[in-house]
Formats: sequence, structure tokens, C-alpha cells
Amino acid sequence: MQNPTHKEDNEHIETKTTTCYMCACRCGIRVTLKNGEVKYIQGNPEHPLNKGVMCAKGASGIMKQYSPARLNKPLLRKKGAERGLNEFEEISWEKAFEIMEARLAKIRETDPKKFALFTGRDQMQALTGLFAKQFGTPNYAAHGGFCSVNMAAGMIYTIGGSFWEFGGPDLERARLFIMFGTAEDHHSNPLKIALSKYKRSGGRFISINPVRTGYSAVADEWVPIKPGTDGALLLALIHEIIELGLYDRDFLVQYTNAAELVDTDAESDQDGLFVRREEEAQEGKCFDPQDKLWWDRQTNKAVKTHTENIDPFLLGEFTMEDGKTVKPSFQLLVDRVKEYTPEWAESITGIPADTIKRLAHEMGITARDYQIELPIEWTDTWGKDHETVTGNPVAFHAMRGLAAHSNGFHTIRSLSILMTLLGTIDKPGGFRHKAPFPRPIPPCAKTPKGPEGVQPNTPLAGMALGWPADPDDLFVDDDGQPVRLDKAFSWEHPLSVHGLMHNAITNAWRGDPYKIDTMLIFMANMAWNSSMNTTEVREMLNDKDENGEFKIPFLIVCDAFQSEMVAYADLVLPDTTYLERHDVMSMLDRPISEFEGPVDSVRIPVLPPSGECKPFQEVVIELGSRLKLPAFVDKEGKRKYRDYPDFITNHETEPGSGIGFLAGWRGKSGEKFMTGEPNPQQWEMYEKNNCVYHYELPRSYQYMRNFNQGYLKWARRHRLTRFVEPITIHLYSEVLQKFKLAAQGKYGERRPPEHLRERVETYFDPLPFYYTPLETQLTDTQKYPLNALTQRPMAMYHSWDSQNAWLRQIHSHNYLYVNRKTALENGIANDDWIWVESMHGKVRCMCRHSEAVEPGTVWTWNAIGKARGSWGLSEQSNESQKGFLLNHLISEELPGDEHLSNSDPVTGQAGWYDVRVRIYKAEADEPEQTSPQFDFPKKIKGLGKVSQWLTYVAGKGGKS
Amino acid sequence: MHPAFSVIFLTTLIGLGQGLFLALYTEQVYSILKVLQTQVYIEYFSKASMVSLGLLVLGLIASFFHLGHPERAWRSATQWRTSWLSREVIVLPISMFFIFVYGCIYHFDLNATLFNVGEIPINISLIVGFIATLMTFSLYVSTGMIYASIRFLQEWHSPLTVINYTLIGVASGFTLAAAIASEFAPGLLNFYTGWSIALIIIAFIFRLFSLLRNKNLRPKSTVQTAIGIRHSQIKQISQGSMGGSFNTREYFHGKKESFVHSVKWIFIVMGFILPLLLLISNFYFNDQNILLAAVLIQYIGLLFERWYFFADANHPQNIYYQMIS
Amino acid sequence: MSQLALVIDLNVCVGCHACVTSCKEWNTSGLAGYLSDKRPYDKDPTGTFFNRVQSFEIGQFPKTEMVHFPKSCLHCEEPPCVPVCPTGASYKREEDGIVLVDYDKCIGCKYCSWACPYGARELDEHQKVMKKCTLCVDRIYDQSIVEDERKPSCVLSCPTSARLFGDVHDPDSDVSEKIREQGGYQLMPEWGTKPANHYLPRRKTSLTIHHDELVRADNPLKKEEQLPQPDFDDPSLDDVTSW
Ligand SMILES: Nc1nc2c(c(=O)[nH]1)N[C@H]1C(S)=C(S)[C@@H](COP(=O)(O)OP(=O)(O)OC[C@H]3O[C@@H](n4cnc5c(=O)[nH]c(N)nc54)[C@H](O)[C@@H]3O)O[C@H]1N2
Ligand SMILES: Nc1nc2c(c(=O)[nH]1)N[C@H]1C(S)=C(S)[C@@H](COP(=O)(O)OP(=O)(O)OC[C@H]3O[C@@H](n4cnc5c(=O)[nH]c(N)nc54)[C@H](O)[C@@H]3O)O[C@H]1N2
Ligand code: SF4
Ligand code: SF4
Ligand code: SF4
Ligand code: SF4
Ligand code: SF4
Ligand SMILES: [Mo]
Repeated sequence: MQNPTHKEDNEHIETKTTTCYMCACRCGIRVTLKNGEVKYIQGNPEHPLNKGVMCAKGASGIMKQYSPARLNKPLLRKKGAERGLNEFEEISWEKAFEIMEARLAKIRETDPKKFALFTGRDQMQALTGLFAKQFGTPNYAAHGGFCSVNMAAGMIYTIGGSFWEFGGPDLERARLFIMFGTAEDHHSNPLKIALSKYKRSGGRFISINPVRTGYSAVADEWVPIKPGTDGALLLALIHEIIELGLYDRDFLVQYTNAAELVDTDAESDQDGLFVRREEEAQEGKCFDPQDKLWWDRQTNKAVKTHTENIDPFLLGEFTMEDGKTVKPSFQLLVDRVKEYTPEWAESITGIPADTIKRLAHEMGITARDYQIELPIEWTDTWGKDHETVTGNPVAFHAMRGLAAHSNGFHTIRSLSILMTLLGTIDKPGGFRHKAPFPRPIPPCAKTPKGPEGVQPNTPLAGMALGWPADPDDLFVDDDGQPVRLDKAFSWEHPLSVHGLMHNAITNAWRGDPYKIDTMLIFMANMAWNSSMNTTEVREMLNDKDENGEFKIPFLIVCDAFQSEMVAYADLVLPDTTYLERHDVMSMLDRPISEFEGPVDSVRIPVLPPSGECKPFQEVVIELGSRLKLPAFVDKEGKRKYRDYPDFITNHETEPGSGIGFLAGWRGKSGEKFMTGEPNPQQWEMYEKNNCVYHYELPRSYQYMRNFNQGYLKWARRHRLTRFVEPITIHLYSEVLQKFKLAAQGKYGERRPPEHLRERVETYFDPLPFYYTPLETQLTDTQKYPLNALTQRPMAMYHSWDSQNAWLRQIHSHNYLYVNRKTALENGIANDDWIWVESMHGKVRCMCRHSEAVEPGTVWTWNAIGKARGSWGLSEQSNESQKGFLLNHLISEELPGDEHLSNSDPVTGQAGWYDVRVRIYKAEADEPEQTSPQFDFPKKIKGLGKVSQWLTYVAGKGGKS
Repeated sequence: MHPAFSVIFLTTLIGLGQGLFLALYTEQVYSILKVLQTQVYIEYFSKASMVSLGLLVLGLIASFFHLGHPERAWRSATQWRTSWLSREVIVLPISMFFIFVYGCIYHFDLNATLFNVGEIPINISLIVGFIATLMTFSLYVSTGMIYASIRFLQEWHSPLTVINYTLIGVASGFTLAAAIASEFAPGLLNFYTGWSIALIIIAFIFRLFSLLRNKNLRPKSTVQTAIGIRHSQIKQISQGSMGGSFNTREYFHGKKESFVHSVKWIFIVMGFILPLLLLISNFYFNDQNILLAAVLIQYIGLLFERWYFFADANHPQNIYYQMIS
Repeated sequence: MSQLALVIDLNVCVGCHACVTSCKEWNTSGLAGYLSDKRPYDKDPTGTFFNRVQSFEIGQFPKTEMVHFPKSCLHCEEPPCVPVCPTGASYKREEDGIVLVDYDKCIGCKYCSWACPYGARELDEHQKVMKKCTLCVDRIYDQSIVEDERKPSCVLSCPTSARLFGDVHDPDSDVSEKIREQGGYQLMPEWGTKPANHYLPRRKTSLTIHHDELVRADNPLKKEEQLPQPDFDDPSLDDVTSW
């Protein structure tokens, strides 16, 4: 160390770029290897997403790579052994494939829906979705349903785009930024980069959250709110903004359906539908036809929307020539929010009415008086040229704090409407879309409409997941019963656009709507943190029928680590790590696009697979080929793709479509993008370009994309969309009204089953309304007065990182954070052992007093607690002895015999954050250990060695 | 601070050894100055010097357990210009050397008189002993200053630390001297017992002083100065490592307040009061076992004293490491 | 004489711990390495880190602030940890003010750590020597690294760029300017250790709303009347004159 810059010369150093996958953010990384071992993982400064920065997880990739909890051989449950005990024998990949092939081929020949494929926090839904569709099963979904589908659906059904991975706040130019219910989010690093720049440039940042940590810590103002009540707040903000005239009238008129006339004849079967000019009715196309009417202020008559030089009414009630009474939809919104005063909201949200009013004023005034005007010419879809792009610099962001409640859909609709009122959609300083968004409202993909879409030896006649526009788009049989195992797209949750993975195991176990044969779980820890009601789900996974057969006959789990779920598998497929495989972040799934244009990226292995690990991608290609699924074999039924990289290069969505998984460097020699013939050099080109493809749109295509003629034509030319019609913002949702009408027996053919009729009629409201979350409605809130939440810790990804020696030192166990006063009122001191009890169960854990949480809320870090014996940890590990999982308290079904999912009644979004609890001190003689505890399963043979000391130095074969 | 047994043994053992030597030399000076009319207990001097040396050696051995790399311990002598630890490392072997020589002089009976100053005969042992005494005192100062010089540890940063180290060491050494004398030099017994009693009383007074001082200390660093935020209510909620770290192991004793409190009473009783009573009672009973008990009890008491000395010190770094989560 | 240091902007630090683990990964295979971990997969895992992020709650609900507070060695200008070291293993570099430990000399006596009021040093319990932040001295001068990246690992990784790196003795450096203009301060100034690392405080942006901004003439609510369209029969010029 006397000469600290001295270097050894016997080092073989190489540096490779790829894409991080310690979380779904997908930053570009540079991996330095010393003698073939990972020495350093740093952010790639040339990557558009993270611009060189990292996060705690990304920088701990070394410890993931060399974790002793990694699976390294295919495993088969020993004959006769119970599930959950890790009693496995090692088998060869060939044997594993034979088992799967035999089983799946038989299912496909008979009843493809008996195979269910569910995937967790993966990023390859393009491939897994393709596989499921080709197989012919409707039972496919990824984590979206239990993650944030409310966010996707609520916004996409309103503005044609969403936060999550599809859009975000333009902090580069915003002046006021309001963040609802976000702890970390998917866009981790970019959001942090943007937030600090924003704060440094003097922007004002307000966080609305029951808890103040993470991002909220650096907010200029923290507005603590009672969980599940943001809808009330947002409606009151809308009320105040309308009352003071702080909305952007021109924007509402031109770009939303605010001025469009709605039939208000309650008796008519047209009630609540837009009045249309008959002659232009266009059926079956997935866009909003321009056939609606405005009421002209000049002539006092109904006129075609967007007639030049017409200024319509936004308010009022009018009578059409045929005597029909109509109102602009904005008037209906005004009527709706009349009662939603700030004073009303105060009693629900706990936020003083004055604060609510001030927030509304800040938003309205900033939007109006700090307007941005950029010298960017653009042309709208009605052909009008604009010399500038204007922006009202109020930006919002929201995530699961809004989404993960059973009233989240309407809350998020309210937020989208608030953003729209302020005129901030796809404008500088406001919300900005990211390709492939905006999409038509709703997007075009549809599931089959009934059971006939599922046929033996045939691909599914539609997508497994879609975007219903109409009750006719539901995936139900003639009795209105679900076709999907998770009951998605049924009357129970009509707009469950991401499925309901959280009900898949319970439904399969109960055989409701039917029994299945094989379930393949990829990258989802369903025996632990991604299930609700974890204790019972674990029992279901191991439950047997009268004949002694497992109720879920065959479970295949593909995982990279010894997770809780692995223990329950009949067949375990050991996956590689992100450093060992090819991978694609595709425009067909969730790319990493920027505001300025589409971006997709790849992973290229920097290390060979460890042990006998095989990338799941290769497993899918292999299985697809063996099962002779059309997309994977040629006309003779012979295997089409050598391997996954080959598939990526050569697969086209349809022969000759020119659309593949990757958008960059298409065409014979890489001269095209988005569409173009397969390019044999595509991988090399990605490799040379930091594993990322970034297309920057011309400036005039970068804003107002819902109505930007240039952009929409560009998007159609490059097959991002099929339509160039404007994507009018749905302040008023006719889609929802159609479901309501159907429930009232006034629309279409399909009717909800009687027990769901009232539910559909209530929750399918074309305008947002506030209701108490469903579970709370059914809870004795005297007995269970507190809301219990989880938050994402920045230094952990779900359950993934307890096997990571560095990250687990930062979060080795978790506490329940309770407002100090609340705790003291309950006689609970700091660090006391307490019970947290909900209607569904109870857990014992340690309490921590906090001043940074609203008094009616308790919270903990998500998924830190682990089951004893998993993740390569010792029996005494803090994770299992002091850590706990809140999921034991949360039910996947609402109380009652109907087996209704504990989800948003519109979208099927899991209501994680609706649970109500009470807390009390544990008895003095109870063990100082969290409860429940689970049996210590056998150690899986052949996992990495664990020793007392870890002294990692790269390049020395693990020796220091 | 987390009390480390290596350091507790090191400081108590060498303190005792040094004290024992000082007891010998005191007697020698007294007898030379004819304050005491005694015969020369050669065996006693040689045996007791070796015991003293032995204690220093044991202390040195104990100190090695404190080091991560004892094989490099020699390096620690290099920074005598700035480091009290370095100074201790230098003075300790020098002291040992001179005590060794002192003992040898008696053992091999080499104590020739070199010259006379007036009526006082200056013999070799007097000179060697004088140097050893200087070294012994330097050693007390060095050891004490290791602790007293760290100004952040306000409990330690006081002359009292050096004074206490010295007084307590000397007192324990005189008690031991008394016990050894009861076997080999009965004539010196009362001399040593008397001294011991006096020293224990003085040491006790000074120790009580420091207890009082520390009780009234106001920490100079607060969480406000530690993180630079002016607010009366600041609470740490996370220290960044949940399984603990060097900072939580080295600076926290990890014991309940009540435990620390009882340690204080134990050392007051065992380190001072009991030995005092035993020594006094020995004037009446004159039983060797009582003296041995006094030595043993006092030593154990001083182990507690030293433990408490560490536990009592609150390092400002602790402000940063209050809360696991 | 230059003095390199970190300046940490508490105004933007979100407590993500990126700096913590990226420091660990750089240094574990670097010159300071390894950084051992004890019981890595067992109870109470613990290890050597040069940088930790802590969190503090300030005030009482609802007026609560939450401050994330990263801390590594502050490279004091008057480092009390250096003179106490008996072996000379701890030293402060003349040329750039970095305080380092020479592991080949350190005997692991921990004395220097006692003399650091900030708790910035950590004994590597496996290698049994004292370790601490090196300011990535093996990165910042490494000519084989492109110039832009010759910065400490924690600085490169920090997503909010809350960690600034530079020479606090150079009045024109970015860090000096920030310290001057944004109230940069030192920790525990009462000890006179003169930490080279500085911290920048939270700053707040607020918006003042004037009443008249809420009642303006261009209020869109005023645009909801029927636009004037006179009746055919209303008087007109034609009625009164014939040019
Ligand atoms: N480091 C890390 N990053 C991750 C993940 C991870 O596990 N670790 N997970 C990824 C995944 S899958 C997802 S879905 C995203 C989720 O990203 P986030 O949505 O940011 O994640 P959550 O932790 O669920 O955050 C919910 C926040 O909402 C607040 N909240 C809860 N209820 C309410 C409410 O009713 N109103 C308001 N206003 N706030 C409320 C909570 O206090 C919390 O701060 O994060 C992704 N990013
Ligand atoms: N209480 C509560 N529960 C929640 C949430 C909450 O906020 N609160 N959030 C919910 C949300 S939003 C989500 S998205 C889910 C997340 O839930 P999941 O998507 O299920 O995430 P995990 O369970 O952490 O990870 C799934 C598995 O992926 C494995 N894995 C990691 N890397 C790889 C790999 O490279 N290959 C393979 N094959 N496997 C790998 C891990 O070992 C782990 O077993 O959790 C949900 N659960
Ligand atoms: S944010 Fe996610 S993708 Fe980016 S570095 Fe961190 S773990 Fe990796
Ligand atoms: S922070 Fe501590 S270790 Fe670093 S220079 Fe200052 S006193 Fe020394
Ligand atoms: S632990 Fe090492 S660096 Fe610290 S004082 Fe001792 S020898 Fe010096
Ligand atoms: S400067 Fe280097 S050694 Fe110091 S904290 Fe940052 S990364 Fe760690
Ligand atoms: S990386 Fe930056 S933002 Fe994250 S904890 Fe460290 S200093 Fe704070
Ligand atoms: Mo999620």
C-alpha cells in the first residue's frame, strides 16, 4: 500500500458490456473480469438509461453470480416425497426434457388449458407469451396482475399510456412535481438521476405518501395520507381546480372527450353513451372514430367535433333536435365532483382541507403561469400546423401506492383526469409517453371471446391477455363463466388486462373453474412473497385429493436460486444468471424506451453458464421445437432455430413481417430499424453498441403523440401501430359505461351472472368515484384499525437478494414501523416483540417507533423475511428468525363464500395494501422469534459451499 | 467502549508489576536513607523483582492477544515521536530490562557500593533501581496517556486517567509486596501494609474523583454536530448494517446499564474497600492468608475497575451507530 | 498542496446504498482488498465496508424530515488517527491529503480507530488489519482508466450525483464552489479535526400564491356563455340609412 497505484502484471483483464438484471430497470453495465472472474460491475456511461450510474443491487452483482444458493442441476422430486421438503434427485437435462415433452404433448393433444404458465418479475413475456399462445393455453400471465395493472389499465384506458414502464414525468422541464405512492419503482436509476437534477434546478417536489422514506425523504413537502384514500384527494383536487377555473380549457376541448356530447336519457339504452353521427359509424376498428358531437357556442347547435373555428361548450345541458337531452362529458364530470369538496376529502384522507386547496392552487397556477413554449413545429391529426409545443410544467408520478388498492383503478383514472385538466399529457414538463406508447384506447390486442378459442393441438385463437373494449370482448363461455384459470376477462374482473396470477394456485387447487394438470412457474416465488395468504398457499401446493394425488398434479419451477418455491417443485429447471445468458428487452414486451424515442436492449453473456444451468430461453425454444409448436418448427415439423440467439435473429411475428423481438439493426445489413428482414449480424451490432438500440425521433414527433400526425404516421410506417387516428383522451370512459349498461341489461348480448350484476353496475362507472377499498368495507375497522403496507427497499429486489452476501448485510431482517404515538397508545415500546393480526392471520415481529409514518399506518420492507432453510441461508439466519413476511396477513380472496378475488373489481389488481390490522404486545414468555416458522427443509445437495468467511477477490479462483 | 480482556490484563498486570518494583525500591531508598532500620532481605528483593518482571512479561503476553499481527509488533516502536502507544512499547521492555538487572543484582549478590555521598552508600542497585523507577513511572504515564490523550473520549481525556493508572498500579503493587514480604521479609510487613493502606486510600479518592467527573461530563459531540443538522429531535433509524459492524463491536460494551452499574460497585468494594479492610485487619490477625486474599481480591477488583473504565467511556462515534435496521 | 475530498449533497441523497456496495466491489478486488465478510450466509452477517449510509428521522410527525446520511473516512486535514498509530501504518499523503493505511505495516492494534471520532475506520476481522476509505486512490490516478472515470467508485455510481469529488484546497474547484455557495459544512467541528469531506445541507423550494392569481380575467369558466349571435330582427344599420 505504500504505492497504492501499483498494479500487478499477471492479471488478465477484460471488460464487456451487457445489461443489468438485478432488477427490472435494466441499466447498461460494464463488467470487468480478472482472469475470468467478475472484478467490477459499473454503470455504462454510454447507456441512455443509467448514464453510468448504478444502484446498490447492481453493484452487488458479483455476490449474486457466486452465491452458494444458486441451483446448478435439474432436479426431480424423489418418488413419494412430500412437496416443500427439497427432497430431490439430480437428473440430466435430457431426462428433464423428456418428462416435460411427454406430459405437455399429451395435454396439448387433449385440453391445452390444463397447462398453465405463469411468470414473475421476468422480462421475457414476448417469448413466454408466444410459447403459451402457440401451445394453445389461455392460462398464461406474468406478474402484472398482482403488481400494478391498475396503473397500466387506469391510465391506458384514459390517456393511452401510463407510468410504470410506458411513460413518466418530464422532470427536465417540470416546475412542480407531485409523487403519489412511490417508493422505488422500475425506473429506479433514471428517476433518481432526474429527481436530483430537478431538485438542483429549483423544482418543487411534493410527495403524497403515508410514509416518508426514500424519494419522499428529499421532497420539499411531505403530505401524509391515509392509505387507500388518494381517490378522495384527487377528486377533491379536481373539484377545486374546476371550481377556480384552473384547468386548461383549450386542451380539454381539442384533445379530450370533455366537450363531446353524452346522451343523458336515463331510460334509453344509449344512456351515458356518446351521441354519434350515424353516417360515420365505424365498427370493428380499434380506434376512436371521429363521429361525436360538440355543442357550438356560436350557433347553439350540435356540430361535428373538431369543426374548424368552432368553440364548443364544456358545460351545460342541451336538447338535440330529436329531443334528446345531452351534456358535454365535462359537465358530467363537474356534476360528479360537486360533492367531492376538500372538506369532504379531509375527513377521509386525513389531509387538512386547506392543504388540499393549496395543492390544487399550486398545480393550477404553475400549469397556467409557468407555461413553456418550445419552438418545435408540429402538425396535429386534424391537419392543423402548430408553430410551437407548449407545456404546463406540472409533472406527476405514481405507482403501487395508488395501484395496489382495490379502488386503485378509479383513483388512477382520477389522477389521469387531473393531469389532463392541467393539460400536461405528452407535453414538456408534464407526462411523456415512451414507445410503443401511446396506444389506441384501449389497445387492440384481444383474447378469444369464448372457450372455442381453445382447441387441441392448435394455437390460441387470440392473445392470452388483451384489452377489452366492450363486454363482447370478454373471455367467457355462454353462461358468462371464465375460460381462464385465473378468471381474468370474466365478469368478475372484466378489464384484468394482466391476468390474476395471485389467484392461479388457489383456483387450480380448488378446481375452480376447472382442474389443471401442469403448472410451470418461471421466476416467481409463489410459495412466499409473491403469493397472498402464503401459509395456506404453501399447504395448497402440497395438498392431495382423496386418491392421494396432488391437487395440482405437476409443478415445474424454473429458478436460479434455492427459493421457497423451488422446494415445492416436482421438476426444477436451474436457470443461469443475467451475466450468463442472451436476453432481449423487446419492444414486444416492456422495452426501456426514452421520452425521445424507442429503445431496446439485450444481454450478452459475459460468463459461461455455471454448473449445468441452462437459460430458460433455451428451454422454451427446445420445448417449443420438441412439441412442434408452429412458430418453432418449419413446414416439415423440423426444428427451426438452433438456439435462442438464432431465434431472436430470425424469428418474425409473421413470415415476412419484418417485425422481430429486436427493433435495432434490422434489414440484411442492419440498415433498418423497427421493421426489416432478419439481420444475421444483429447481435454483433448490439454488442458493438453497448447492447442497446436507441432511436431518437425527430423533435417534432416527440410531443403530443396522441394527436401528432407526424408521429402517428411514423409509428404506422414502422408498424408500432396500425392506425393514425387521434388518441383522444378519455376523460369520460364510454368503455366502462358499456359494461355498466350491459349489467343494466341495456347493451349488447352478454350479461353478467346475477351475483356479479350489481358489482359490475357499481364499479363500471364512466367517471371516477371514490369508494372504500373492498376489503376495508368488509372489515371491522374498530377491531382492525390500522392499515398495513409494505415498501420496496432500494437495496433489495423482492426476495432475490437474501442470498447476496453484501445486500443482506444492509437488510438482514425487518421491523414493523409504527408511529410512535400509535405504538405508545398500544403499550408498545421500541423494539418490543408484537403481534400483528388481520382478519386472515397473524405474525409476530419486532416493532420500531417512527415519526415518519402516518398514525393510522404501519409498514415494513417487502420480502425481507424468509422461510427457514431457503436461499442458502443457515437455520439461524436473521431473515427467518427476526424477519417476517406481511403476506401471511393478506388474503387472495375476499371474506365470504363467493371466492371473489381480493382485487380491484375492474382490473383484478391484487389489493395488497388494503389489509387492516391490529397490533399488540407479545407475551413476555413468548420466544423472541418471528412467527409463523416453517420446517427446515433438507439442504439441496450440490449447492455451493458456505464457509464462515467470505474474502472475495476476483481472479484468484475464489481465494483471497 | 468494548472492554478487551487483553488490554485489561495488560494494564492491570503491568501496573501491578510496576507497583511491586516501586515498593521494593521505596524500601531500598528508605533503608539507605535510614528512615527504616532494617536488615537487607536479599532473597526477598531478588524474588520480588522476578515476580515484578514476571508480571510485566505476562502483561506483555496479554498485549499480544490484542494485536492482529503480533509478528509485526516490533514496528510499533517506530512512532515514538507522536504515539503514546509507541512510547509504551519502548518503555515497557526498558523497564523490564532494568527490573531484570535489578533483580539479578540481588540474586547474584552483585550489589557493590560504588561510592558514598555523605553517609549514604551509593550501590549499583540504587542506580539501576533509580533508572528502573524512572522507566516505571514513564511506563505508567505512557500507558495512562494512551487513553488520556484521546480527546474524543472525554471520560479518559483527563490527568486523572494517568494519576489513576499510576496510583492504582502502585497501590496494588504495595499490597503484593506486603504479601510477599510476609513470607520472605516479615520485618517489612508493617512498612508495606502501612503504605498499601495509604496508597489504596489515595487511589480510591482519586478514582472517586474521576467517577464524579465522568458523571458530570457533558458530551461535546451530539447528534446535531455529528450530522450537522440543528434540530432538537433527531433519531437515528438505521446505521446501514443490520448484523453489526466493527463499529458496533469495538465501541459498545453490549451490556445492560444495570450490569455496568454493578460492576462499578464490585470494583469499588473489591478493588478498594475490601483490600483496605483486609490489610487493616491484618494488623490484628497477622495471617499470611489474609494478605494473599487481599492481593487476590484487589486484583480481581481492579480487573473490574479496568472493565468499567472501558465500558464507562462513550465514544462519539457511537452517535452514528445507535440503531440497527 | 491539494486536498482531495468528497462533498456529499444531503439535498439529493435518497439513501439508495449504491455508493456502499459499489465501494465494496471496487475495493474488494482492488489494492485495499479483500474486504472480508463474516458469517455471510448465517446469523448476523457482518463485514468490512468503507462507506455506510445511515438514516435519521428529524422532528415529530407530521413535521418529520428524513435524512439519509452517507459516511466514509473524511480525510481530515488534522487527522487524529494518524499520529497515534504506533507503526506508522496510518499516514496522510503529502501530495493530495488522502489518509491511508499501509496494511503491510499495520499490527491491527485498533488504536487509530479509537482516535477517530467519526467511526470511519474498520478492522478487517479476517485480515486483522485496519482498513478505511482510500478515496479510491487506486482508481483516481490509474492512467489506464479514461480520464472521466478516474473518480472514486462511489462517486461514479451515485445515481443522484450526491457525491462530488475534487480538491477542496483549490478555490476554483467545483467542490470548493459548492461548499462556499451552498453552506457546505464539516462534521463534529468541535474537535478541530478539519475533515476534508464536507456535507451540503437540505434546501427547500416553495411556491407563494397570491390571491389575485386565483381570480383572473382569463378564467375559462367565463367561456361558457352562449357567444353573442343577434337575432335577425334586431335593429341594424340597414334600417336607418341608405348611403
Ligand atoms: N429496489 C427495488 N426496486 C424495485 C422493486 C424491488 O423489490 N426493489 N420492485 C419492482 C417492482 S416489481 C415494482 S411493482 C415497483 C414498485 O414500485 P413502488 O410502487 O415504488 O413500490 P412500493 O414499495 O409498492 O411502493 C409503494 C409506495 O406507496 C406508498 N403507499 C401505499 N399505500 C398508499 C396509498 O394509499 N396512497 C399513497 N399515496 N401511497 C401509498 C407506500 O408507502 C410506498 O411508499 O418497484 C420495482 N422496483
Ligand atoms: N406483501 C407484498 N407482497 C408483494 C408485493 C408487495 O408490495 N407487498 N409486491 C408484489 C409485486 S408488485 C411483485 S412484482 C411480486 C414480485 O414477485 P416475484 O416476481 O415472484 O419476485 P420474487 O419472488 O422476488 O422472485 C421470483 C423468483 O425469481 C428468481 N430469480 C431471480 N433471478 C432469476 C433468474 O435470472 N432466472 C430465474 N429463472 N429466476 C430468477 C428468484 O430466485 C425468485 O425465486 O411480489 C408481489 N408481492
Ligand atoms: S436499477 Fe436495476 S438494472 Fe439498474 S443497476 Fe440497479 S439493479 Fe441493475
Ligand atoms: S475521518 Fe477518522 S479515519 Fe478519517 S482521517 Fe478523520 S479521523 Fe482519520
Ligand atoms: S491498527 Fe494499524 S493503522 Fe491503526 S494504529 Fe494500529 S497499527 Fe496503526
Ligand atoms: S472514495 Fe472509494 S473507498 Fe472511499 S467510500 Fe468512495 S468508493 Fe469507497
Ligand atoms: S449513492 Fe448517492 S444517493 Fe445513493 S446513498 Fe449514496 S450518496 Fe446517497
Ligand atoms: Mo411488481
